[in-house]
Amino acid sequence: MNPVTGTAFLLVSSVKILAVFGMLFLLIALWTLVERRGAGFIQNRLGPNRVGPQGLFQPIADGLKNFLKEETYPPFADRVLFLLAPAMAFIPAFLTFAVVPFAAPLPTPWGLVGMQVADLPVGFLFILAISSLGVYGLVLAGWSSNNKYALLGGLRGSAQLISYEVSMGLAAVSVLVFAGNITLPEIVARQQATTWYVLPLFLACFVFLVAAYAETNRLPFDLPEAESELVAGYHTEYSAMKFAMFYLSEYSNMVTASGLLVCLFFGGWDIPFTRWDNAAPWSVWKTAATFGAFWAKTLFFLLLYVWVRWTLPRFRFDQLMDLGWKVLLPTALAYVMFVAVAVWAIELAGVTSGRAEALILACCNVVLAFVFFWVLDRNRVIGGPANRAAATWKRERAGGA
Amino acid sequence: MAIAVKLVRRPASDSSYVRAALQGMALTFKHLLQKKWTMQYPEETSAPDWTITPRYRGTHRMEVDSEGKAKCVACGLCPQVCPANCIKLIPGEDEHGNRYPLVYEIDEFRCIFCGYCQEVCPEEAIHVGVHYENAEYDRDRFVYDLPRLMRQPHPPSSLWDPSDPKGE
Repeated sequence: MNPVTGTAFLLVSSVKILAVFGMLFLLIALWTLVERRGAGFIQNRLGPNRVGPQGLFQPIADGLKNFLKEETYPPFADRVLFLLAPAMAFIPAFLTFAVVPFAAPLPTPWGLVGMQVADLPVGFLFILAISSLGVYGLVLAGWSSNNKYALLGGLRGSAQLISYEVSMGLAAVSVLVFAGNITLPEIVARQQATTWYVLPLFLACFVFLVAAYAETNRLPFDLPEAESELVAGYHTEYSAMKFAMFYLSEYSNMVTASGLLVCLFFGGWDIPFTRWDNAAPWSVWKTAATFGAFWAKTLFFLLLYVWVRWTLPRFRFDQLMDLGWKVLLPTALAYVMFVAVAVWAIELAGVTSGRAEALILACCNVVLAFVFFWVLDRNRVIGGPANRAAATWKRERAGGA
Repeated sequence: MAIAVKLVRRPASDSSYVRAALQGMALTFKHLLQKKWTMQYPEETSAPDWTITPRYRGTHRMEVDSEGKAKCVACGLCPQVCPANCIKLIPGEDEHGNRYPLVYEIDEFRCIFCGYCQEVCPEEAIHVGVHYENAEYDRDRFVYDLPRLMRQPHPPSSLWDPSDPKGE
């Protein structure tokens, strides 16, 4: 069956945009509740359970409240940028999901409909480009508020996002090198044909995961918000719907990051240990099943976000920078080189089966992961003044003796 | 180094980030599945492991004798002892020379719930009560008059533990 073209394409795309937007909004609304109830459960309490069954209508109540609340404009704020900032955070957060494939293609009377909003040939580059725009929302919000806490939050946000974007991009590059393609449907297809890339590219997956947490400003990397230090960080001066837009963009970023992680490393909409779901003939049932598979995996990573948030404490700023620049960036960089060399060497050795290739890389990864965690674990790279002092002290004592 | 820093050499098991993080994740997951201690308040007011203490000092009640009259003899000790000056008492006297309160009002907004009125009362008439649901729609409703104090259904506070009166 051929892909849809012409007027049908326009129509189908419009429907897909609306559907995906609605889907995202529903999930975000649900996830604000899951977060609060998850927080409650982890703290041996129940969390909000009053509005509707199990508190299911709480997000509606919250939304209504945010719509009806007073919009405050600080007299000292830069009016134009202050208004622009929430939109600058909101739009890129929702745009990125457009290229994430979330189910098997759907056959319709007009042709085959790919289950992603836009199958861009530049694929992953689009994600890198758009997600890096999100930082402007934070910086402008912090700057235009004309408030020292907000500004500090914005500054931290920009430093953090720029730092971790690099390692996130590089981690993804190793996937692109291994897959030999940059469109997400193709990467997913490769994984379905061989194996989930979390096995052959485990370290890249780890770096991507950590960087994703930093990119979405979630604990343990929520320094831009840092409620115990900066009131509410970059959105201190915001109220009502403008505040809600920052909130929505944070959750939307979480969904996108989880979706991307699933697409790049966990087989996208692939149902594990089966083959029937990956190949034509397509049917509605296949689309529904793979849709479920994709969201099951994505929801797991979204749950992980909540779980990690209520477990790990916030990093100190210098630790954050150490982790970003001294651990993740060199690791990701070296890993890209390693994957490139490995792929070249495997090809040179005449291994043609994708599965064998993945197996060889997976074995290498066990060793690499062991070395990585051993070095990271023993306090060798990330540390604070105390560790540096310890090193100096050791050197001095060795010199003196 | 400007100041001397005492350095503690920790074993790897204490300084391991990865192990600590994983342990933390395991711990929070355990808590996720544990019993929840929230009491669903308006529906539940007590739980097997939590009931309100009989020594709780809440809004007042006036004891009533067998004829349905207030036990108060308008001696004036409670307004005298009240540190918040929230009791308004105007004494009256009947044809037999028995004193009774013409007006007895307690401003529950001013009250600090110290329980001195109950302690000082020679007739065991005025009590602070084991009660905490006092919401009203109107400020005036917080001045409890005598009929209202006599109507209060909640149990009186024991003020101290009868088995340990000196609080030892």
